[in-house]
Amino acid sequence: MGRVARPMLRLKAGVAMAEFVELWTYLSATPLFGLTATLLVYVIGLAVYQRYDQTPWLNPVLWSIVVLGTALWWLDIPYQRYFAGAQFIHFLLGPAVVSLALPLWQRRAELKRHAVALTLAALGGGAVSALSAFALAWWLGVPEAVALSLIPKSVTAPVAMGLADGIGGIAELAAIFAVLSGLIGALLARTVFRVMGEGTSRLAWMRRGYALGTVSHGIGAARALQVSHQAGAYAGLALAAQAVLASIWIPLLLDWW
Amino acid sequence: MSALIGFTLLLLYQVAGEAIARLFALELPGPVIGLMLLWPSLAIAWVRQHVSEVAGFLLSNLSLLFIPVGVGVILHLELLSTIWWQVSLALLVSTLLGLMTTVWLLRWLIRPSEDEAIGSGGAADAKAQGGRGHG
Repeated sequence: MGRVARPMLRLKAGVAMAEFVELWTYLSATPLFGLTATLLVYVIGLAVYQRYDQTPWLNPVLWSIVVLGTALWWLDIPYQRYFAGAQFIHFLLGPAVVSLALPLWQRRAELKRHAVALTLAALGGGAVSALSAFALAWWLGVPEAVALSLIPKSVTAPVAMGLADGIGGIAELAAIFAVLSGLIGALLARTVFRVMGEGTSRLAWMRRGYALGTVSHGIGAARALQVSHQAGAYAGLALAAQAVLASIWIPLLLDWW
Repeated sequence: MSALIGFTLLLLYQVAGEAIARLFALELPGPVIGLMLLWPSLAIAWVRQHVSEVAGFLLSNLSLLFIPVGVGVILHLELLSTIWWQVSLALLVSTLLGLMTTVWLLRWLIRPSEDEAIGSGGAADAKAQGGRGHG
């Protein structure tokens, strides 16, 4: 306030700057900030990704997290303030998980025909992924709570958070590990399938999609959908199957332990 | 309007799922129970039609929904910085093993000419591989 007494010639730019800072302080404190920033960064990331033929390493989720995380850290905005806005997007994960019933229903004929095979594949792939992550981390001396948070890594993030909570892990870490597993799968799947000699037949697309959905849930499914509709549908199926099956066997195994 | 009804339906199923999880103290997450409740109801054309309107949008933008939680990694950078390579290695190796196991299992369990060409041979292989996958 005392500054008002200073010469009126106070630089116009200075006033503009002060106004800008004030406006920024106001805007960055409203939930609008987190929500808009998330959508804006993602939309740009998606546009770049599509512009460059969906090169795996340009994955929009990966880069959105890097850009937003760096921006928060650089601008000194607490995560809680960001999340106050971003939670509106986060909230949609619940209805999105419910809506996975749709791919399951649409594929019910195949699901019935291959019920045993698909269930075993989801259980086997999910269990190998979960237990090898836990065992390796444990063996490398990672603290127990962190190692436990690795167990639901193949399950879609909202479900993984609930599961981690139930088995003595850390919900936020579980969500991050799930997202990272999704990204790793999306980035490496093509190479892995190529090395394994997977072709482009109907059954090969089914296996590729189903495997990607099993270990890399929604992010893998999004990736599979970009490559082939057949693969995408099976990835959606696997993601839903994994959400259901892992929710059953993980708590049971840990209880028994 | 249709999309709105669809979204309301999804939320109602989620609420029902959460309620059942609490009431029966189930370990299953509410949305997963909601999924299992919604699945049979999709046989009703009215439900299916309205749900498809929203489900298409939600599922095709699914990866966006992970970003808010993913950004939360900045809260745990200190903890993760001490064990980053162990965790990265565990994530990398387990994801590769999981992908390969799933593909192997499916190769053994579902043969190209599955309908009648393969009889007992396929089933025996399936059992062998299934056992290995779990072991």
